[in-house]
Amino acid sequence: MEVSGASLVGLLLIIWLGVNLIKAPTQFAQVSVLGLRNGLLYALIALGYTLVYGIIELINFAHGDLFMLGALFSSYFITIWFHQKESNLAGWITFGFALIGSMLFCGTINVLIERFAYRRLRRAPKLAPLITAVGMSFLLQFIGIKWNGSTPRQWPTVIPHGDFVVAGVIISQVTLILILVAAPLLSVLTYVVNKTKRGKAMRATAQDQDAARLMGINVNKTISFTFAIGGALAGAAGLLYQQSVGTTNYNLGFQLGLIAFTSAVLGGIGNLNGAVLGALLIGVVQGLNDGLPIALGQRWSQTVVFTILILILVIKPAGLLGKVTTEKV
Amino acid sequence: MARSSQRKWVTGYLIAVAAIFIIYQFLFPWEGLPIGIYDFLQLWLPPTAVNESLVYVICALGLNIVVGYAGLLDLGYVAFWAIGGYCAGWFMSEFFYQINLHFFGSVARTAPGIHVNFWGVLLIGGLVCAFFGILIGGPTLRLKSDYLAIVTLGFGEIIPQVFFNGDDIAGFNLSNGTKGITILDPIPVGAKNIGPFDFGYKFIIFVLLAALMVFISLRLRKGKLGRAWLAIREDELAASMMGVPLMQTKLSAYAVGAFAGGLGGVAFATHVDGVYAERFNFSISIFLLAMVVLGGMGNVWGVIIGALLLSWINSTGLPAFGTTFNDKFGTSINFPSFTFLLFGLVLILMMLYKREGLIPESRLRLILHEGDAEEDLTSKESK
Repeated sequence: MEVSGASLVGLLLIIWLGVNLIKAPTQFAQVSVLGLRNGLLYALIALGYTLVYGIIELINFAHGDLFMLGALFSSYFITIWFHQKESNLAGWITFGFALIGSMLFCGTINVLIERFAYRRLRRAPKLAPLITAVGMSFLLQFIGIKWNGSTPRQWPTVIPHGDFVVAGVIISQVTLILILVAAPLLSVLTYVVNKTKRGKAMRATAQDQDAARLMGINVNKTISFTFAIGGALAGAAGLLYQQSVGTTNYNLGFQLGLIAFTSAVLGGIGNLNGAVLGALLIGVVQGLNDGLPIALGQRWSQTVVFTILILILVIKPAGLLGKVTTEKV
Repeated sequence: MARSSQRKWVTGYLIAVAAIFIIYQFLFPWEGLPIGIYDFLQLWLPPTAVNESLVYVICALGLNIVVGYAGLLDLGYVAFWAIGGYCAGWFMSEFFYQINLHFFGSVARTAPGIHVNFWGVLLIGGLVCAFFGILIGGPTLRLKSDYLAIVTLGFGEIIPQVFFNGDDIAGFNLSNGTKGITILDPIPVGAKNIGPFDFGYKFIIFVLLAALMVFISLRLRKGKLGRAWLAIREDELAASMMGVPLMQTKLSAYAVGAFAGGLGGVAFATHVDGVYAERFNFSISIFLLAMVVLGGMGNVWGVIIGALLLSWINSTGLPAFGTTFNDKFGTSINFPSFTFLLFGLVLILMMLYKREGLIPESRLRLILHEGDAEEDLTSKESK
């Protein structure tokens, strides 16, 4: 029964895509490109969810809001502290420093949150850290309100907003910059997790904390390190979002955080490649839904994403690339 | 809980209810009341805030059954509130003007629209919500607890959005979109009709609804179902080994909780005399959760205190304190914006230092501090 449910959903999806592809091929390519661009941003945030979930099985609700703080930090860094408003050499240099600054800023906050809240609840019943994370999300949103104000705010950007046209499809320079920043970050992350000693410690801790401790791994340090990486990626995403969209708002993190979380679940939570794949897919689906001639349109965008989330959890809770896990006794 | 202490709680609440009713029904409209006292009450305890806090009590008691009794985290409770509200909007107003349907309604028979008696709508709202509770719970309750939180969160986002965009669903106007549905029928009690500004009598009606929820909560907890919920909350695996049917028990917690959400939704709709989609946002789910956590998960009396306190602070306490503070010191601090800080801190600090809530349920305290001995081990390692 479950298999037939999944294949039915898949079939409907293929029919919908097929009809649209035949009807408006250029538009199809166009919105896919836009969707991929958003998907890259989602991927950076989704990795933070997946890393944390992978290691301590906690849905870090505050992660989306951390991304929001990253976006605010970048705005202040570039526009208010260093007065950069145009795309020139000085602007680019500030952009580079803002990237480092935002990553450090969000990484530090994330480590502090773990140190002072989640760590004390590691052995507590699951409800406790979850509720704490929700509270943390509210706390960060409060900082956002005080910092940004309660209404959306426009910012000048220092990256170019021109376009290329490839076979009738418009590709903005922003998309290229996003790829140029995000791709190296993702490769470094994969290298760290899979090839370094630290990464090995992370994977061991994720499997069994007590056994890892017995093998001489400093579990607390490893978990802090994981939170630092996740936070840093959220910081990078914050900068990229702020520079490509140009507006910030205190509740930005809630919506994007949920979308990113959906991506992580779609790919199989705890799985790094899955998070990236899921994020790109969600980005494209959202792009297609918002821009195709036969679709529900932008005002149903969120509903579509959450429906996907619920469908995956019901049909295939392990996600696309995740392994089936049973509850540990 | 011991019988005598329970009686104390009931007596206390009854006295408070009687006092508030006398104040608002007789003292408030009385012309001889000194203007100072009148202003003080209007600033610090306006009748609307009292009634609104009772709506929160009804819903918090419902959420308490899901979170406090059965230990399932529901982050989308606002969905039930919204569904209940729209039930009131659909069945108690002239919104569906194409139809002319009356069922013991409180308006003239010639009025267009569906006009069902308020007490009937309460039942409809509750049952529709219970149905949705089972619908969303059925496929998802098998999941691990943290996934469940996320699914409910998604559900709590989808439902209000459906209503928000619902003015044109394939050409059909389901919810009037952002404009909302306004002017609901008055509440019929005997020959009298209670309109939107009859705060005193409406207060009594809301108190009765809250009392109904208290009664349901206490009775269920004592019975077989309640004990099964507590068993699941404490150890799912052990409970299922002892023959507790997991799915059925969890689903019933969901359904009862959702039913309360429906009651609260209908009550809230009559309180504000309308339904507006943008009112049903994620913060409400979190407010309710904070109320349950602050008061003491699983303890009915504590949850009521938590709901009254936080709802009062949110609607009246903070703004009133802000006005007074700003007047006195000539500042212009925006105090209502501190709600985020307040609710966030309540959740975090309660979880870190007093997980069982202000008025703890003794049984829950033991469970929530199960891992504390081992905690010391972890913290030592970092030094």
